[in-house]
Amino acid sequence: MTETLPAFPMARQCPFDPPPELDRMQHEARISRVKLWDGSTPWILTRYDDVRDMLKDPRVSSNSDLPGYPHISEGAAARRNRAKSFINLDDPDHAAQRRLLTSDFMVKKMEALRPRIQQIVDGLIDDLLAGPKPADLVEAFALPVPSMVICELLGVPYADRDFFHRISRTIVARGTGAAESVAATEELLGYLGDLVDKKQSAPADDVLSRLAVEQLGTGAMTREQVANMGLLLLVAGHETTANMIALGTAALLENPAQLAMVRGTDDPKLIANAVEELLRYLNITHTGRRRVALEDIEIGGQLIREGEGIIAANDIANRDESAFPDADSLDVHRKARHHVAFGYGVHQCLGQPLARVELQVVYSTLYRRIPTLALAKPVEELDFKHDMAVYGVHSLPVTW
Amino acid sequence: MKDYSEKAGVAMKIMIDQHKCVGSGQCVLAAPDVFDQRDEDGIAVLLQDNPGEELHREVREAAQICPAVAIALVESAEITR
Repeated sequence: MTETLPAFPMARQCPFDPPPELDRMQHEARISRVKLWDGSTPWILTRYDDVRDMLKDPRVSSNSDLPGYPHISEGAAARRNRAKSFINLDDPDHAAQRRLLTSDFMVKKMEALRPRIQQIVDGLIDDLLAGPKPADLVEAFALPVPSMVICELLGVPYADRDFFHRISRTIVARGTGAAESVAATEELLGYLGDLVDKKQSAPADDVLSRLAVEQLGTGAMTREQVANMGLLLLVAGHETTANMIALGTAALLENPAQLAMVRGTDDPKLIANAVEELLRYLNITHTGRRRVALEDIEIGGQLIREGEGIIAANDIANRDESAFPDADSLDVHRKARHHVAFGYGVHQCLGQPLARVELQVVYSTLYRRIPTLALAKPVEELDFKHDMAVYGVHSLPVTW
Repeated sequence: MKDYSEKAGVAMKIMIDQHKCVGSGQCVLAAPDVFDQRDEDGIAVLLQDNPGEELHREVREAAQICPAVAIALVESAEITR
């Protein structure tokens, strides 16, 4: 029986669309099983309503220590044993830790960062234009923008970017084995632990300093817990947005009519709308949101037993026609704010207000400042991140 | 019981479960005239709990996209005079 189950994750065929196999599942069966790297066979949900219903259900757990938890790779399973942050805790522990950070990422605080983000974006475009072409937009722009921003917010020295970019790539690569994944995690946790110690003795105006003083300093959290939190924020804070910038640019260059609308508008509401649509359309978090049933529950007419793993395939859910008519077309005027690209339920992305402001600034600036921006090689020859837990493009050669 | 009688048409009452709120900011983006976030912890607060009809569509969207299902709406149509 399990021999015939499709292996998950599946490969995309079109670089901008979810795997055809997921599309087929969405149309043919409301719920089915897939086979993971370790031979386990969790359930998979592909329809928008089912994905949302499951992710908001308190009878499912994000606890990665539970035996049925559907880990996405050997490296991810090993690393989660070593470094656990609140994304793999359930309430009330999850809420207690998340609430220590919600004010740092709230909408008005991220709005206040907009001028600084604009300055970073403008500076990087100046440098790009002054340099040789073609250039790799990932190295020169997409990765530096969110890396600089999250470094300033957390209080991590940007000078150490080569180090944490390397670790982040190792962690996110699905082919990374258990030992290598744990070693990379330990290395970054060690670095962040030392940094937190420095912040505790000489606090500055940044998130790690605040956690060092208010949590570590009072004994509310351990040094290891603060380092784990820092690791989550640092990796999630740059890896995701960097991929949205590069992949979003590739998608817009391949959809010139949509690009023209983004480039031609002065309306911040249209730009904000375009960001939501690109999040919905591109689905860089393409390995699903993963849970374990805490009791017997029924989803889509199927009984899921206590202890069984469930994957909510948010990428294909964002292409569900019942929620997004003409779902496979990119339409920057579409009302798409109800997408599940940031997940859904209590674990929905903490940093989403930051990602939104970063992407709004980037998309409203890059194509206006470089109106002749073009791919320097055909899209078919680009090296897409089929092998990474966060999808995108490894490099994006562009000219102008 | 609140008196909605000064407004013609549909009245809307909003309640936030601040214990459930996860501070995603979705409601603030959907309906910025109605929702804000507390400075100390980013938890949602109401700027008004009985918004005019022109804001109802935004508020319904906010309730619909709230990831924590923390926004409850009571709408009543009988209030005309």
